[in-house]
Amino acid sequence: MTNIVEVRNLHVRFSGERTVHAVNDVSLSVAEGEVLGLLGESGSGKSVTLRALLRLLPKARTTISGTIKVAGQDVLALGEQKLSAFRGQTASMIFQEPGLALDPVYTIGDQIAESVVRHKGVSKSDAMARALQMLDVVRIPSAKRRLESYPHEMSGGMRQRAMIALALACEPKVLLADEPTTALDATVQIQILLLLRELQREFGMSVIFVTHDIGVAIEICDRVAVMYAGQIVETGTMREIVRSPLHPYPKGLLASTVHGAERGSRLGTIPGAPPSLSTAPDSCSFAPRCSNAQPRCVEQLPPTVQIGPERIVRCVLAESAA
Amino acid sequence: MTEVTALAPLEDLGGEAQPLLTVRGLTKHFPVRGDLFSPRKTVHAVDDVSFEVAKGETVGIVGESGCGKSTTARLLMHLMDYDSGDIIYDGMKVGRELSLRDLRRAMQMVFQDSYASLNPRLTIEESIAFGPRVHGMAAAEAQLLARDLLGKVGLRPETFANRYPHEISGGQRQRVNIARALALSPRLVILDEAVSALDKSVEAQVLNLLVDLKREFGLTYIFISHDLNVVRYISDRVLVMYLGQVVELGPIDGVWGNPVHPYTRALLAAMPTSDPDNRTQIAPITGDPPNPIDPPQACRFHTRCPFVDTVCSMVAPKLADIGTDGHQAACHMAVAGSGHSRAPGPNAGT
Repeated sequence: MTNIVEVRNLHVRFSGERTVHAVNDVSLSVAEGEVLGLLGESGSGKSVTLRALLRLLPKARTTISGTIKVAGQDVLALGEQKLSAFRGQTASMIFQEPGLALDPVYTIGDQIAESVVRHKGVSKSDAMARALQMLDVVRIPSAKRRLESYPHEMSGGMRQRAMIALALACEPKVLLADEPTTALDATVQIQILLLLRELQREFGMSVIFVTHDIGVAIEICDRVAVMYAGQIVETGTMREIVRSPLHPYPKGLLASTVHGAERGSRLGTIPGAPPSLSTAPDSCSFAPRCSNAQPRCVEQLPPTVQIGPERIVRCVLAESAA
Repeated sequence: MTEVTALAPLEDLGGEAQPLLTVRGLTKHFPVRGDLFSPRKTVHAVDDVSFEVAKGETVGIVGESGCGKSTTARLLMHLMDYDSGDIIYDGMKVGRELSLRDLRRAMQMVFQDSYASLNPRLTIEESIAFGPRVHGMAAAEAQLLARDLLGKVGLRPETFANRYPHEISGGQRQRVNIARALALSPRLVILDEAVSALDKSVEAQVLNLLVDLKREFGLTYIFISHDLNVVRYISDRVLVMYLGQVVELGPIDGVWGNPVHPYTRALLAAMPTSDPDNRTQIAPITGDPPNPIDPPQACRFHTRCPFVDTVCSMVAPKLADIGTDGHQAACHMAVAGSGHSRAPGPNAGT
């Protein structure tokens, strides 16, 4: 299997009024046709990592180091023109709030067609035909009429479908999904997840799916990277992470889930709160909340332990399992 | 050190058997301006909602956005006026036998947005002490009470009392909101998506706290959430709402174990799985919830129901008993002789 996305030692630092080390030494890869989940709580750096892949972070205040390769292109080295060709054609993104991501003053058809004209160099009428085809692909009822709709005329679920149509119109090799179902109602969320799963197979694309919801990750991801304080603490197949997490953070997360917990029984919790990230970590970021912390956890960065072909854990506890 | 005194809770009147809260026919419609050529439209936010909350129980309310669950909470607190219906607290009709001032002592609410619900210019201690002072407690006494409550919700008073809301995390702020709600010694606390904005590990901490406080203070909860797992964990009984109406209610195990209304079944089936080898294959229902502006006639679910029959668009189903344990559902399929082709026959045994 060849890797379509290859991220090595990515660091993202925001400067300004205060400094935030949002992403610290993240390495990940995604194979062709694979769905990788980035699972973590707010502030864990999952969305920042995703945005770095499309270079969507504000230029003036962001320092990025490391390498990002997508489909053979060095993303951090792309010039402006190549970058805008890259966005939408090689990799594109869907967001949590389609209401904010879509342009309110253009119809859905116009927005999709604009992107197709830009990337494929076809005529406006061919692009409109493609837009219509895409609305059918994402199963928007009466697609022909919906081409003429403005975003505010559609329901939340329909808008999310329209955004997926826009993102996939130029058949990108990689789809970046930033919590695309979080703002949706439960009965709509599952429809969108199933649609994404189906389109991923149909288009054969790779997907990086950011979520805070482990249930959502299970529905769509093959493999998952769990993030904490700007780092990936454990990577493995969805099954491995759910059935036998090794790092104490995903272990604690799974223990704190109310799913299947007996009513009113005590839930497992992780005491404390995540660190502030104002300085780059020089020890294990999770150590202050970890019940198994050892002296060396607070003295040095945790080791990167390779357990299996796809299993990486950043924790001293994993050394015995290796 | 001086003894901490709390406000005396409202006296228990009817005893164990009398529901703490009885809601009858609660209705709230919002008029919306139509355009030039169309008549005025109406949002049917809450339509003829009735239920009871027993003393000491936790009632969950679930449903999707626009189903009226938050509006119901606001109506119970009298944060807005209702069009019709009765709210009866421990046998006393609110507005007649029970003043709003007393109601708001007896009943408190915790909102989803922990930041927006605290005054940014007050320290945490001042926010918690504010209510008791309004109700006549001396400043020094209220301060002691606030510090005591901070300890009860797991925040060290010496560290947190003088901080401002923006200086603490979301989970800590929600603990402050809970402490503030408890400052008036309420008997009923309405939690409106109170843990929804929190990260999972923090959510578990706050849920544990809510379970502990309920025991310690003998509280009754109304717990509103879109997260069915959380509702199952914390509730004794549950109300399922759809477009302003209650479509099913009953003991949580009965409703979750044997959901009768097709909407309840769809909601439960739409929950993401926890088993990677057993992913969801088919979406239980298609489409989005309809707009609560001029909702579908008769059964409001009939436009999305996989079992829709002629009667569903003609006659509105009423809540009917499913078992003997208070499990009720509003669906023609559950009522013998309703005219639905899937309804049990008139001579059906069970």
